[in-house]
Amino acid sequence: MKKLMVTTALGAALISAQGASAETLKIGVMATLEGTYTVLGEDGVRGIKTALAAFGGKAGGKDIELVIQSTDASPDSAVRAARKLVEQDGLDVIIGPLSGSEGIAIRDYSKTQPGTTFINGSSGAMETTYVDPSDNFFRYNTDGAQWSVGLGKYVFEEKGYETVATIGEDYSFIYTQVFGFALDYCQAGGEITDRFWVPLGTKDFASIIAALPDDVDAIYLGLGGGDAVNFLNQYQQAGGDANLIGGTIMVDGTVLNSKGDAKNALIGTPSSGPQADTWDDPTWKEYVKLYQDTFPPEERFPQPSLLSTLYYNATAATLTCLNEVNGDLSDDHAAFRSCLANIEMDSPVGKVTLDGNRQAIGTTFISEVIEDENGNLVNQFISLQEGINQTLGMDAAKFASLGLPSRENPACQSSY
Amino acid sequence: MTDFARRHPYWAAIIAVLAAVLLWMIFALWPAWLVDLIGRKKIFLNALFNGITLGGLYFLVASGFTLIFGLMRNVNLAHGSLYLLGGYIGYGVAEATGYWLLAFPAAFIVVGAAGVALQLVVFRRMEGQDLRQTLVTIGISIVAADLMLWGWGGDFYNISAPSWLSGPMETILVTTQKRSGDLVYLKYPLVRVVIFLAAVAIGIGMWLLLNRTKIGMLIRAGVDDRDMLSASGARIQLVFLGVFAFGAGLAGVAGVVGGTFQSIAPGEDIRFLLASLVVVIVGGMGSIPGAALGALLIGLAEQFGSVYMPTYAVVLTFLIMVGVLAFRPQGLMGRA
Repeated sequence: MKKLMVTTALGAALISAQGASAETLKIGVMATLEGTYTVLGEDGVRGIKTALAAFGGKAGGKDIELVIQSTDASPDSAVRAARKLVEQDGLDVIIGPLSGSEGIAIRDYSKTQPGTTFINGSSGAMETTYVDPSDNFFRYNTDGAQWSVGLGKYVFEEKGYETVATIGEDYSFIYTQVFGFALDYCQAGGEITDRFWVPLGTKDFASIIAALPDDVDAIYLGLGGGDAVNFLNQYQQAGGDANLIGGTIMVDGTVLNSKGDAKNALIGTPSSGPQADTWDDPTWKEYVKLYQDTFPPEERFPQPSLLSTLYYNATAATLTCLNEVNGDLSDDHAAFRSCLANIEMDSPVGKVTLDGNRQAIGTTFISEVIEDENGNLVNQFISLQEGINQTLGMDAAKFASLGLPSRENPACQSSY
Repeated sequence: MTDFARRHPYWAAIIAVLAAVLLWMIFALWPAWLVDLIGRKKIFLNALFNGITLGGLYFLVASGFTLIFGLMRNVNLAHGSLYLLGGYIGYGVAEATGYWLLAFPAAFIVVGAAGVALQLVVFRRMEGQDLRQTLVTIGISIVAADLMLWGWGGDFYNISAPSWLSGPMETILVTTQKRSGDLVYLKYPLVRVVIFLAAVAIGIGMWLLLNRTKIGMLIRAGVDDRDMLSASGARIQLVFLGVFAFGAGLAGVAGVVGGTFQSIAPGEDIRFLLASLVVVIVGGMGSIPGAALGALLIGLAEQFGSVYMPTYAVVLTFLIMVGVLAFRPQGLMGRA
């Protein structure tokens, strides 16, 4: 008798759980919660939660539940995470991944899963949407080259840096960043003397630092996360005092808020990217406040980092479209995807629209690292340029003739 | 030494020539053709010294690992977690008190105590069961990594060296000659030199302890034949406990060192566990001089690799391991 009752209760519980799941939509999330980009992934997840808070935790009439899967910035970890979310959990919508080469791997994977819609988190390699784009992969952030627009000209003309050596992590996103920087900087008249590449996850930069040339005006740093902190620490110990130029994730909140004083070497460093912390725009300020209100101070950065912002945008686009189609994902998400492709977002970092490859066209900011009144390091707004597309304003055929970003491409020329 | 030269005259000659070349490369002014061939002397010297100092850090982590393995045959795969815990404790203490030096004893004591707990709660219960120990310690390392992520978050912690240790020091080594005829001397981060000297001091101290004291005699006897030693009335469990505490404490100290010239973050535990495994496999399980040699080799391989063949730097370390396993599977200093 007792056994029967237990079974009945269990059955009732199961039924009610099923009843609840009809009202819940699970969204898969991929973020780097392991390895050298851990802090970046954590703030990305905060961005998603901030967006959920803005939408009251609901979209398309359903409660949104997140299924978070960790990756470690390697392509295979991203594919593993995606397979788990799609094939095991059977989720319809996935947000992520975070890092450049993960994005390329997920683009390829998305082609094998036409029934699932993938919204890029923050990965910024050019190839992801530029080469063989996937119909069900949408990217609401601009790529690493778009993030570099204007920086080369700025450091050449305003800072007077005529020769630069670059050091970067050896993978697609940093290639893309240096690609954008080189185009801009070399056309302005600058010269890139050396390009150093180190494996992602390098901890001891001491020998690389010694190999950096002394006779250049500045050094461009294309590092992120733990690698960036380690580099700065050892750079200080080695007595380095060259002028620095920051890649986008080098001077991001994830590095600027690290513990210890190594980050102070970055004060005054010019850089560019899709956000500037001190931008005086009401939508941006509203978003910063929302981020700050969503988490207690000890569980977040003083200001949202780039990753939080990009994941926020990706999530906001997803939820907006889910609302628009009222949660209707029938017919292989046709209505949902059409909304995603045509959405015009007034995002916290300016207007975002998608091109024919489902790649964002957006705003790039030039900024400089300063210490704010609370003693935190932030990116001070210098200028912005709106409507930057993936071909960086060039003619598509001419842009294609430049080739894809790589260790050596593009060569440094005064015109292309 | 003379014994070795008598038994292997050719090898001894090759080693002597290599040493002479190395000394010449360190002290001489490089001629232009050599600079053309392999780049500036400054780069070479930095890679050399960085490799040696990095080797010092690896030695600190791996010596505890090899000691524990040598004596107890415990493969402690939670060793990386002890390293990471030491780093976090050290950061907390250095930040709270303002004294960098205090971080070392604090990390040693706290992590040593964690080691004692591990030995009492885990290893003593499954003595002699290698596979179970291995699996359980992997489990512990995963749980510990998550607990530390919970406690300290995913941020990067960088323990600031005191001001008297930060910045570079002048050395007497000439890197190049300016056109004006002035000699340019090598500048090298002071903190790395100090840390390396400390690692050497600890290494020598350990060697003396093992070879010149009564406790060392007990430990060596335990390494050779544990059962015989306990049959002769030595309190072997106490020796085990002491060695485990000491080995764990060293990992904690290494955490502070690593946090000072690199950084502490989730994932470092795995990295240093892997590094210690490679070092110990190359050097020979259970041998302190082997750990020193292995650490030096791996440190040098990483640094020279990162400068002269950056694309394959990661592979180099494992190539060394493969080479050793193929030709001398017991490790360079290991006993078959």
